[in-house]
Amino acid sequence: METKNKKIANMDLKQYGMFLILIGIFILFAITTKGANAKPVNINNLIMQNGYVVILAIGMLLCVLTGNIDLGVGSVVAVTGSVAGIIMIDYKMNMWVAILAALAVGLLTGLFAGFFIAYLSIPPFVVTLATMLMGRGLTYTLLQAQTKGPFNESYNFIGAGFLPSIKVPFMDGTLDIVSIVVAIIASIVLIFSEFKSYATKKKYNFAVNPIWQIALKLVIMLFIIWFFFYKLARNNGLPFVLLIMVILIAVYGFITSKTVAGRQIYALGGNRKAANLSGIDTNKVFFWVYVNMGFLSSIAGIVLAARNGSATPKAGDGFEMDAIASCYIGGAAVAGGAGSIVGAVVGAFIMGILNNGMSLMGFTTDVQKIFKGMVLLLAVTLDVLSKRKKS
Amino acid sequence: MSDYILEMNHITKEFSGVKALDDVNLKVKKGEIHAICGENGAGKSTLMNVLSGVYPFGTYEGDILYKGEHCKFHNLRDSEAKGIVIIHQELALSPLLSVAENVFIGNEQTSSKGIIDWTLTRSRAQEMLAKVGLEHEDVNVPINTLGVGKQQLIEIAKAMAKKVELLILDEPTAALNDEESKKLLDIMLQLKSQGITCIIISHKLNEIEYVSDSVTIIRDGKTIETLVKGVDDYSEDRVIKAMVGREMTNRYPAREGVNIGDVIFEVRNWNVFHPDDEHRQMLKDINIKVRAGEVVGLAGLMGAGRTELAMSLFGRSYGQKISGTILINGKEVHIKTVKDAVSNKLAYISEDRKTYGLNLIGDIKENMTIAARPFFFSKNGVINANDEIVAAQEYKERINVKANSINQVVGSLSGGNQQKVVVAKWMLTQPDVLIMDEPTRGIDVGAKYEIYCVINELAKSGKAIIVISSEMPEIIGTCDRCYVINEGEIAGELNKDEFSQERIMQLIMAHMRKGDGNGN
Repeated sequence: METKNKKIANMDLKQYGMFLILIGIFILFAITTKGANAKPVNINNLIMQNGYVVILAIGMLLCVLTGNIDLGVGSVVAVTGSVAGIIMIDYKMNMWVAILAALAVGLLTGLFAGFFIAYLSIPPFVVTLATMLMGRGLTYTLLQAQTKGPFNESYNFIGAGFLPSIKVPFMDGTLDIVSIVVAIIASIVLIFSEFKSYATKKKYNFAVNPIWQIALKLVIMLFIIWFFFYKLARNNGLPFVLLIMVILIAVYGFITSKTVAGRQIYALGGNRKAANLSGIDTNKVFFWVYVNMGFLSSIAGIVLAARNGSATPKAGDGFEMDAIASCYIGGAAVAGGAGSIVGAVVGAFIMGILNNGMSLMGFTTDVQKIFKGMVLLLAVTLDVLSKRKKS
Repeated sequence: MSDYILEMNHITKEFSGVKALDDVNLKVKKGEIHAICGENGAGKSTLMNVLSGVYPFGTYEGDILYKGEHCKFHNLRDSEAKGIVIIHQELALSPLLSVAENVFIGNEQTSSKGIIDWTLTRSRAQEMLAKVGLEHEDVNVPINTLGVGKQQLIEIAKAMAKKVELLILDEPTAALNDEESKKLLDIMLQLKSQGITCIIISHKLNEIEYVSDSVTIIRDGKTIETLVKGVDDYSEDRVIKAMVGREMTNRYPAREGVNIGDVIFEVRNWNVFHPDDEHRQMLKDINIKVRAGEVVGLAGLMGAGRTELAMSLFGRSYGQKISGTILINGKEVHIKTVKDAVSNKLAYISEDRKTYGLNLIGDIKENMTIAARPFFFSKNGVINANDEIVAAQEYKERINVKANSINQVVGSLSGGNQQKVVVAKWMLTQPDVLIMDEPTRGIDVGAKYEIYCVINELAKSGKAIIVISSEMPEIIGTCDRCYVINEGEIAGELNKDEFSQERIMQLIMAHMRKGDGNGN
């Protein structure tokens, strides 16, 4: 009886395929840069340089789930960074005041965009095109087109600092024990959660993947975790930005998959009329998605200013495009209703590895843009074609 | 040569094995107005689509003879080139373009080099408008500044510009008031005097009696008969009899052991105005009552206002300036949003599952639990995933949704199974009152039977159920009582022992005549 009811599912290639593409691109650059991109210091840079894009991609995913985008995030990053800078440099105030002020400004821009989008039904494209222009102009005005800095070390810690570490001599350098311990904990959590999900599926008699597929998936995930943490341990330990990223990924992963509010975003993106007739206040959902985007943009703004040690008028230029591209590369549907936080984060890292690898190879940012554009187009084309095949 | 301009012989058209048209014959005399009558879904529109080339030659069987020639139309352009123009129920006008541009849409007046000649466009548009009695209209204003009645006439002007010889009008007066309808019908008579042949599809038998010279009745994809004015009995009753005279077979499961209890849902003096036009009243003084365990039908023609009634009751999802009282379990409730409706134990299963009922890219579980989630499957906003899985699994089996698992994407299910998912979604909100709008539209006979069984089960458990259906046999087969709605008003109420399609039709026709009487 038991065996008869056993159902077999096959691995969703798209979901794990992204991880394979990530690894593939990384290996490609490891070859072309003769291993330079796999050096501990470069792995650290990869995380520190992409922290803000990851943060923006998380917020952008929610906008993309509704079937829209937010063009204003790069400008909000700049405005919030400059507000923090002005408070610390010109008014010589405490960094916490600066951080709170930046977060407040981010929330305000979100409220502003959300109000027009949700309650006046102005298309998000238009509203955020306006906030993009207004934000950039405001930044130049606030900073009088000058760079504001340098900031003190305690503020810069947010973007460039490391968590406490215990370094022991190892090979030709040092190894951070804290990073290794975190990697061990992460591995146990991962294996345990995979086991639990398998058991739940069995219990409810759902289709389960064959054991070898689950094992393969675990091996890939563990490999990525250990690769990253080992490299970080060989460098300076865990960057503070990584902590921010992990917390945000966990919180938003939970919101999008396990809360009523999160699932309402998917329902709205899948069919707005049906969502309305299911008792979902879709205006409210729209409003909070854009308020949240403003909030996350301000976090990205604070981190970017801290990493640069200053606020510049050109900060965050083009970040909206990187964040949007991350979501699409990560498998989010352009029409809305489908996509995941993990996907968007992986998409952001794919973009980051491309940027970083091409920089190491000596390509200018202009050439990088050509390749990034091609990768985006390729990723979405493959996604659309594979869906068409299925139906 | 015969005096028929059009002969459609032995037309058969199948959609994936289902015969929409079965050996249909239609003969239209030159210069006459020929009406086509039939219930919703009888095959009238399909027949006209075959004629106009929407379904190209080769996708149907049979032969079309037009002006003595065998026709093989591959698309609309082919038929229009021959002077056959069809005007659909939904107007094919571009709302922000001017009247003149709309008259010549797809038929632009150009100079020899392909550049639009605006002077010619305007003067010829004026000429065409004169032919449909709109000579005083400004051809430069955007077309959406005109009323629906005038827009309908402009559709005819557009056909005139294409040198029409055979004009087909699909329910031209469905959206018009009596005065506008009268004007349109008179224009048709005027066209007839100019030698243009017309085919009109309409539900309004009084109009058919007024305007047409002969009528062909279609039922279940077959031609029943053609009646000629002045030769045959041309009364409405005669036409109704031909339209509905079908044998009722045992397609409806018997409902046994139901105790009909007290009134648990009541609507008093419900008035609703059109969402875009605050002066247009869509529903007038509606009063209905439904008892526990009772299944009450809302019968009526398309556009009678039944869906508008249901949606306006369901959290004011339709209309404006809504007034009236809703009582659930004897207490007055104030329902302003869909959420209020759900928390007051009211559920509405919409008529169009793909547009209003389902997230097609979501899975079965997600679709089933989305409406009930805030009430039953979450705590402080956090979803209890296990409860959802158990509930979705239970309902999948209970109402027999055929799918591999509750994780299957709804878009990949058949229509019948999709409908079951929508029904499950609203059963999961544990309503006391369920409004089911066309619950079996577009699904196969087997799935229909299963939906009827679910209705019976719900009635047995003491729910109050309202079934909206355009298929009169369905109302008769499933309901204990029914209200007949026409033009936004209750035209009458029938108990089970008074049910018959003729009675329903007569109530509708009587109400229409009353409306005409008041109008004049």
